[in-house]
Parts: sequence; structure tokens; C-alpha cells
Amino acid sequence: MNHPQVCRIPRDDRDEFILYSTAMNPTSSPTVSAVYTFNRTGELKRPLFACSVSAGFPSPADDYIEGRLDLNELMVANPAATFFVRVAGDSMIGSGIHHNDILVVDRSLEPISGKVVIAVVNGELTVKRLIKNGENICLKAESPDYPDIHMVEGTTCEIWGVVAYVVHAL
Amino acid sequence: MPIFALLDCNNFYVSCERVFNPALEGQPVVVLSNNDGCIIARSNEAKALGITMGEPYFKCKPLLDRHRVRVFSSNYALYGDMSQRVMEVLGRLEPEVEVYSIDEAFIRLPAAKEEGLRILGMDIRTSVRRQTGIPVSIGFGPTKTLAKLANRLAKKHPEHGGVFALLPESGIGSILKGVGAGEVWGIGSRSTRKLADHGIRTAYDLSRANETWIKKHLSITGVRTMHELQGVSCFPLEETPQPKHSIACSRSFGAPVTKLGEMHEAAVSYLTRAAEKLRQQQLKAGCLTLYLATNRFRTDQPQYANSRTMTLPCPTADTALLIEQASRCLKELFRPGYAYQKVGVVLTDLMSGHMHQPNLFSIPRRNRDPLLQALDRINQRWGKDTLQYASAGLSKPWHHKQAMKSPSYTTSWRELPVVLAS
Repeated sequence: MNHPQVCRIPRDDRDEFILYSTAMNPTSSPTVSAVYTFNRTGELKRPLFACSVSAGFPSPADDYIEGRLDLNELMVANPAATFFVRVAGDSMIGSGIHHNDILVVDRSLEPISGKVVIAVVNGELTVKRLIKNGENICLKAESPDYPDIHMVEGTTCEIWGVVAYVVHAL
Repeated sequence: MPIFALLDCNNFYVSCERVFNPALEGQPVVVLSNNDGCIIARSNEAKALGITMGEPYFKCKPLLDRHRVRVFSSNYALYGDMSQRVMEVLGRLEPEVEVYSIDEAFIRLPAAKEEGLRILGMDIRTSVRRQTGIPVSIGFGPTKTLAKLANRLAKKHPEHGGVFALLPESGIGSILKGVGAGEVWGIGSRSTRKLADHGIRTAYDLSRANETWIKKHLSITGVRTMHELQGVSCFPLEETPQPKHSIACSRSFGAPVTKLGEMHEAAVSYLTRAAEKLRQQQLKAGCLTLYLATNRFRTDQPQYANSRTMTLPCPTADTALLIEQASRCLKELFRPGYAYQKVGVVLTDLMSGHMHQPNLFSIPRRNRDPLLQALDRINQRWGKDTLQYASAGLSKPWHHKQAMKSPSYTTSWRELPVVLAS
């Protein structure tokens, strides 16, 4: 013989529970012999402690917390104009830019002479050092194995953005 | 008198593709809708070939192939990110901006002379182009409607350098005479026909029309448009986005669907998305519409389209309750023997999630908000559909195709643009 079991369920779910338990044990009916609801009559008075409870000492550092450092703050001055690109090749090895590195490119920076830039060369994004000498513009590789690109008069050279940082895994 | 400006990104989706793939510059390029269905963006070169907006891809494929047009599936992760960048740059230049769509924004400016506006327009244009790579056009006018029209003219006549001002002192009337009534902001094709039947053909005619007639046939919005053409501002700048009136989710299928089971999976998937959006904005829906349709371009096949709207027993944002109702709708609407192309859900009668009118006759349910919050948190953290309702299906054979999508250049570390160092 089964012993009667007592279990506690939310009052709102009473009807659903009866349906459920009947469905789970269709052979032995009725499984739910009685449902008692919580009797809320009577009141138990408790005292109110109106003082704060201190749990341990306050941390002496509490007044000095300034938030953590965020690399974005350091490397992304202008989020709307900043793009990340991946390097393919080692022609910029002299500037510490390796194959597969990620470059942080800020399009809002002025492409002045001497900056490492992303330029559009033959429809492709290319990383080079920009050297301006009067009218002469040169895109310089930073490795003896690669030639520099000299802009001939009449050709246009679009500077896509200025490289602000290089992210290199060691 | 304040001035309105409309900034509009030129061929926006194509321009986004070109930023990261400069070889596309000067080439004819088109972008297709979800599921590679129709043309939704064209470069100027593609427009010149006679490719029209909204044309089904399969219909113009021979033309595209013949002219070696570069074709892309839509890449909304990229377009959404680039749109935010454009709006951010604009927001830093101008304090009063209303983002109107993914590629358009209205700006309110203090009164200024035409020359001053031209210089300002050029400045904005240069900044946005340089910082984001996206070319934009800017139109100025004393009203939103005229600013929008000025923008159209800036695009149409490249000699203006992408900036055009339509101001009373430059003689608006003579310009309006050269603009069709249907080109005016807010005048749709049905209104255009109505106006034409009444002899109103140009924007100038519309600005001089009889107000009573316009009110009767085009409603109060038509009257406002008419006043705006006269230079009287009726549509203010809306800096805070209006609360949404409806949330919709629908997509064309990757392959035609004939079975009720697959239709149900698709409907549940779209409903899941819509319910997520609902909860994101802390709303509940009081009404649900479900619709389905066959491919109307396949005139050789039997056609069927239908929809059903039902009022929910109680406003809700609970995906499971919505699925329950949508399943009922779908069973009523579904007819076997058709090759379906699309199913969609629309949630309307939206109200704040805190407002609640309990139904007098329904048994109160247990509060399921914590469950839904947990569901949303898990999917946010671990990616879309990490937890999904079983009825959304697992293999999803109907899922849309994006065969020619470009990489997510700006939103995935694995798909960054590659720069050559060689």
C-alpha cells in the first residue's frame, strides 16, 4: 500500500497539479486524496529592529575605487572613425607590423608625412609609410625585400586611413 | 525661420561594400534583398544599365551577367554598423538630429543664407566621407518636405557637388514646376494617380491645390505636405524616436515550402524574433497578424495569399503564448497544394509592459517574466537561438539564402578586412 505523501505547491497551481498528477498515474486513482490550503488566520507579531547591522569592516579602498582600465580608451579615440584590419604579408616588418597582426586604423587622423597609412593601391587596401616631399608622394615599404611605390604625376592616391596602433600577439 | 536639412547616404548598401572593397569603385554593383530575392540597392553604374529597383534577381540575372555587374547578398550587420558610424559623426557636428532611417537623417539649423548653408553642407559631407568612407548628399529647405526634395536634386545634378538648398530667395516655384507630384515626400503611387486625375501633375500644382479637395482625397497629411511645399513647416524634428506601433518579422524562404510543418517552423522562428524585440522595448502586444503568400512572380504556378488578425486573450510578450495563437491562425490559413514563398507575423496594439489589464474570466497564470528574462539573457550571451522553442525546428530547410554575402568586416574578429603588406 502507498503511503500518503504531503507536498507543498503554489496555491494558484492547485488545479494544474491535480490534473498533472492524475495524468502521471492513470492506473492508481485517485492519487490526490486531499488538497489543503494554507491557513492564514492568526498573526505572529515580530519585533522591528530599527538599527543597521554592520557586517565586517568597510574596505579601506572604498573611497579610492576608480573603475578598471579599458583598452578601448587607450586605442580608440574616435569610435565612429576607427576600423580594425588584419595584415597579410611582412613588408612593414621594420615598423613592427607582422603578418597576421591587427591594425587599429583611425580615419579621422590627418595623413601627414611619416605616418603609417592604409592606401588604396590598384583597388586593394595596402599598408605603407606615407612620405610626402613637396609634390612627390611615396608609399614606402619597411623591408628591403619590397619596393617603394612612387606616385607618378597625374595619378591619384587615396589614403583610406591612418594606422594608430598595432595589435601583435607574442 | 529655422532651416531643415536632409542627409542621405548615396546608394548606401553599395557604398558600404565599396568602403572595404575599393576595387568596386566605378564598377556596376547591386545588392539583393534577404534571400537574394530582389534588387534593393544599385550603384550609379548599375542604374545607368537600366536595372530597376525591386526587380526580381532571377529576371534581371541575364542582364547582370552580360554587363559583369557585381552582385551581393544583403549584409545587414555591416550596413547597420556603418549607419551608426555615419549618425555618430553627424551627431558630433550638429546638435539637433533626427535619425529618420538606416541611411537618412534630418537636421534642424538656425536660419542662414544660402552660401552659409552650402559651406556647412560641404563640411558635413567631407567629414562623414573621410571618417566613415560613405558619400552623402545634403539638401536644405525651410521645411522637411523641401529639404527632402532639395536632397533629390543634389543627387540628380552632380554639378552641385552633393549639396543643394531650396530656399524662398532662390525661387522655389520654378524648381517645383520641374518636379513630378509623385516625387514629393509622402505622396505614394495611389495619391499620385488621384492627383493626376484631378490635373495635379507637378509639385508646383500640388503646392497651389485646393485645400478642401486635398483634405478630402489625401487626408490631413496631404494638406500638411501641401503647406510644407509652400514653405510652412508642419512636420517638426522628432529627436526622440516615436514608440513603435507594430513589430513585424517576415522573410522569403530559401526554397519554396509546401508542408504545413515547415511553414509552422518558419512562423515560430519569426515570431520568436518579434517577441524578443517586443521584450527588448518592454512592450506587450495585444494583437497578432499572420500572413502567408506564394511567389507572385511565378505566374506559372497557382497563387494564394491570405492573412488573419486575432486579438490576444491578454496582452503578452510571452513567446509561448504567442506561438499558441499563431499556430491556430496558421492552421486556418494554410491550404495544401501551393508552393509558399513567404510567411510573416506582425504584432500590433503595443502597450507598455507595465500596463496590464487582467482578463476577468481567465485563470491567472504564474508570472513567467523571470523565465523570459533568463531566456533572453542566455541568447544574448551565447548567441542567437542558443535556446529556442522546439517548434521552430532544427534543420530549417526553408532558411533564407545569402549566397553572395560579403564578410562582416566591422562586427566579427574572424572577418576583418585584409590589408596587403607585400
